[in-house]
Amino acid sequence: MSTTTTTAQIRVLIAKPGLDGHDRGAKVVARALRDGGCEVIYTGIRQTPEMIAEAALQEDVDVVGLSILSGAHLELFPRVVEELKKRGVDDVLLFCGGIIPEEDTAALSKLGFKAIFRPGTNTQDIVKFVYDNVKK
Amino acid sequence: MDELVQRFLSGDRRALARIISRVENGTPEGREYVRALFPHSGKTHIIGVTGGAGSGKSTLTGALAGEYRKRGKTVGIVAVDPSSPFTKGAILGDRIRMQDLTLDPGVYMRSMAGRGALGGLAPSIANVVAVMDAFGFDYVLVETIGAGQDEVEIAATAMTTILVNNPGTGDDIQALKAGIIEIADILVVNKADHPAADILVSQLRALLALSPAGSRRPQILKTTATKGEGLEELADAIAEHYQYLDETGQLAKHQEEDARHQVLAITRQIVLERIRAATPDEELEALVKRVAARELDPHSAAEDLAASVLI
Repeated sequence: MSTTTTTAQIRVLIAKPGLDGHDRGAKVVARALRDGGCEVIYTGIRQTPEMIAEAALQEDVDVVGLSILSGAHLELFPRVVEELKKRGVDDVLLFCGGIIPEEDTAALSKLGFKAIFRPGTNTQDIVKFVYDNVKK
Repeated sequence: MDELVQRFLSGDRRALARIISRVENGTPEGREYVRALFPHSGKTHIIGVTGGAGSGKSTLTGALAGEYRKRGKTVGIVAVDPSSPFTKGAILGDRIRMQDLTLDPGVYMRSMAGRGALGGLAPSIANVVAVMDAFGFDYVLVETIGAGQDEVEIAATAMTTILVNNPGTGDDIQALKAGIIEIADILVVNKADHPAADILVSQLRALLALSPAGSRRPQILKTTATKGEGLEELADAIAEHYQYLDETGQLAKHQEEDARHQVLAITRQIVLERIRAATPDEELEALVKRVAARELDPHSAAEDLAASVLI
């Protein structure tokens, strides 16, 4: 039976691990996904890997997007992935964005990040990526 | 499904999160979970936090949860933010104000989108709250969408409703109006470090003095949620309100009213769905066109539509 209240919006967590406090990019991506019809949980700046993983668990999100500008991605992203696994959150779609050098692409892809969005990305590409890759 | 329910009943938070998603989406599977878990609910003190956008509801909810943790109690939080009426998307930002609680194993916090429901809540809120209740939290705090003057739905779900007011946002006539202020069991003047806080307190007090004799007057409390001030008093006032409900038999009455409200709301939805399912789109469109052309009034059209099923 179809119901007027049956809806399943894609739920996305946008998080900023580490100490850099510039969240303009994260907010732009959150806004683009909102306009794309997603329910976006934004947790604010200066999140530890544990906090991000715990928020992903509690919110039962389909997607986790990490934004980082500090250069500490190879330090912090593996810890986020590890904390997610520790909690059994092993089926979320991972993507990241920010200042991330080309040469780190392979390492992040090995960690499970399905896409890296760098400055200049068209936000519509991010929305399309999410819709194309979420298992619903 | 049974495995997830077992994990839920043994206190697995991931199982709780998963079940809430299914219940929130209103799927037949979600309804099965509510059926399985509903008998375990009914033990939790459900507290509603409502008030205008930017009044400090999230910060106050987080600080209140912190106060309960100091008292050794566990807390579930559901915070609702609005969905876009155009794209159905939403930004759910209430976690930002509750960072300190994220890693506390005694707190579970869930953001929900309003998904078009009126009244400051979400269509499946009662079911989600029942599931959190069944999980066994001592308290479930329900934070509404920023409410204006008329979003009173929360009072049906919550046993104790807290209305968060801000100093400097309107004169005493605002408080005199009917609507949301009437559902408040406790009035909080948040941002009490604002110079106009005491003026608002006296306006609210003067207003409550006009209440009919014999009716319970809500307590008025001052908080500064960002500094954690006034939270002890708020938690005490909530406990006192619960005791009052219990002793006067109103708690049982509230449960019945909530049950009636839910049964009728769901019945209304089922009947509408049946009618929609039984009506070919062309038939509905034909009626719509006739109403738009003023050949038929909306009430007669609706009667026609309903008559096809309800004979």
